[in-house]
Amino acid sequence: MIQQPNMIQRTKLIVSRHGPLLLTLGVFVLIYFIGSRLYPVMQKPQVFFNLFINDGSLLLVAIGETLVIISGGIDLSVGGVIALVSTASAALLLRGVSPFAVIPLMILMGIALGTTMGWIIQTLKVQPFIATLMGLFFARGMAYIISLTSVTIKDPFYKMLALTSIHIPFIPSAYIYPTTLVGPIMLLVAIYLLFYTRFGRTIYAMGNNEQSALLMGLAVPRTKILVYAFSGLCSALAGIVFSASLLAGYGQFATGMELDAIAAVVIGGTALTGGIGTIIGTLFGVMIHGSIVSILQFNGTLSSWWTRIGVGLLTLIAIGIQSVIYIRRKRS
Amino acid sequence: MKQMSFLRRIRNSQLFWPLVAWIIILIFNAVINPRFFALGILKDPVYGNHLYGNLVDIFNNGAPLMLAAIGMTIVIATGGIDLSVGAVIAISAAMGAVLINPALGNKLISNEILTRNATNTPLPIIILATLAAGIICGLWNGLLVSRVRIQPMVATLILMVAGRGIAQLITNGQIMTIYYTPYFWFGNGYILGLPVSIYIVAAAAILGWILVRKTAIGLFIESVGINSKSAYYSGIDEKNVKLLAYVFCGFCGAIAGLILSSYVHSADGNNNGLYYELDAILAVVMGGTLMTGGRFSLLASAIGALVIWTFTVTVYSLGVPANALLAAKAVLVLLVILLYSEYSRRLINRLFERRRDTQHDTATQHDTAN
Repeated sequence: MIQQPNMIQRTKLIVSRHGPLLLTLGVFVLIYFIGSRLYPVMQKPQVFFNLFINDGSLLLVAIGETLVIISGGIDLSVGGVIALVSTASAALLLRGVSPFAVIPLMILMGIALGTTMGWIIQTLKVQPFIATLMGLFFARGMAYIISLTSVTIKDPFYKMLALTSIHIPFIPSAYIYPTTLVGPIMLLVAIYLLFYTRFGRTIYAMGNNEQSALLMGLAVPRTKILVYAFSGLCSALAGIVFSASLLAGYGQFATGMELDAIAAVVIGGTALTGGIGTIIGTLFGVMIHGSIVSILQFNGTLSSWWTRIGVGLLTLIAIGIQSVIYIRRKRS
Repeated sequence: MKQMSFLRRIRNSQLFWPLVAWIIILIFNAVINPRFFALGILKDPVYGNHLYGNLVDIFNNGAPLMLAAIGMTIVIATGGIDLSVGAVIAISAAMGAVLINPALGNKLISNEILTRNATNTPLPIIILATLAAGIICGLWNGLLVSRVRIQPMVATLILMVAGRGIAQLITNGQIMTIYYTPYFWFGNGYILGLPVSIYIVAAAAILGWILVRKTAIGLFIESVGINSKSAYYSGIDEKNVKLLAYVFCGFCGAIAGLILSSYVHSADGNNNGLYYELDAILAVVMGGTLMTGGRFSLLASAIGALVIWTFTVTVYSLGVPANALLAAKAVLVLLVILLYSEYSRRLINRLFERRRDTQHDTATQHDTAN
């Protein structure tokens, strides 16, 4: 008899603390459920794993974006970095450079770009929005300077990455590709960084209030630069995954992916004001994006622009719910 | 002394840096192409005699960007941002194209119908509908920001993502080519030898200028931008000021869409006004309006837009491919950022101060000598 109010209180606490996350999870289950009702093909396990295969690079980008947004900034350069990495790696591979040299080089380039943007934001006090926009322009322009047309990758290692299928144990006829694994691994890395390191806790602190984080003696300047560097690393990895899955490099790749990534992060319950958010939520945000895309693909008659309208609407709903939850929390 | 303070006033004016940048780019152009400033009179059988030359082209083609920058200035001055300008341009362009297409609602669209030089709706209604589409977009953004209290960047991001989808929905995913010649007048026509778009920009700028400088609205906008809470406590209807700003921005975007679709004779949901929001924001930043809101200048933003457009034309004339232009633009922005950063501001100010001090000293020496 006494336990019942306790239970209610406890559920209330869980809901209020993980409200946005639970909601994202619920929306994902709902969308997937509706999809599999409408199109029974979606009940196959392979379709579920396809979410990870198709949205592998979006997941990577969204992980980096989550960290940046929690720290109170924004990174618009991700799509450009993907285009640059894919084009540069394709061009290098075409000239016969070993893929084992190309991949570390690309990762280094991504980190360097991210660090530069972080430095500009931190030292020159430029708004993150402007600085990363410049990064987007620069990276995409450089990709076009490398090659105006699509460059095909014929390297055997990349082909191996793109075509080897790894079978999922216990589930018959379900498979993923080696590149698909990069996203989940980075997901674990990001969770570790955010929750178990000083770096991660500083990100939350500076997202909540940069001034007080600074006064607490946290290494805000260093963390800020590192966050953008991490986002650059994620984008570079996403670029490698992207080019390996398409076996090509092109300056027009990943147009507008920064918006998809931000939408996924917001749908995942991260507040754009900073300080609040989880990586797991982002994962479900990305999966919601993937589900919408696959429903549209299974439908076949709906045109691609419905994806944009759908993602826009979902972002709106997510933000609306978020603001309601946060306003209520502030009042209580 | 008096002269120095005059110079200082010029240097502190918001117009100073964008004008300097523009003049530098123009001089650069004049150096690489001595005939850059050449103007001539073209006897055009369609639009009558008119001026032609690089400068006229820059003004004519840069007009949509100038409009977008003027709208964006007001929004940024209230402390907001409008990322949906490009999408609004696409939506209003799509609206115009669909209303012109004589086959609207007709399932059997033959090529003959599509390419006819005729219209389904009278031209004034087309214009009104295009403008209304932009105003509705602005209203939507403004309501989200002022009433629902969503961060401006996110609120307009929604329309930025969904807007291009809506534009494609309107044109049914096709690039609609326009064959109705009276519609082309906005982007290609001439009044008294000057492009129509220049007059449109001037009209929008004067309208904006009267609104913000001859009424109290400008003051309201600045106070909301500096501190919206204190503006609210001092009795300013902060919500409606913000709403007005977004509506004005949508209106400007719609005119830009009208001119742009009329100039390229088509409406393309994916590419009409692509990256215009970014260029417009850069123009505003170049014009010296703070991204955090507050003091603003419409003229400075318009000149900022001209700088960006002239730069674009210059880079094209150097033979850089259109796509690689993005990298060049990034370098330009980096320069502007460096120029505007606190550090270089201090450096320049110190430079000027020192010279003034020495002149002052010599002046006093002269006085004592005499």
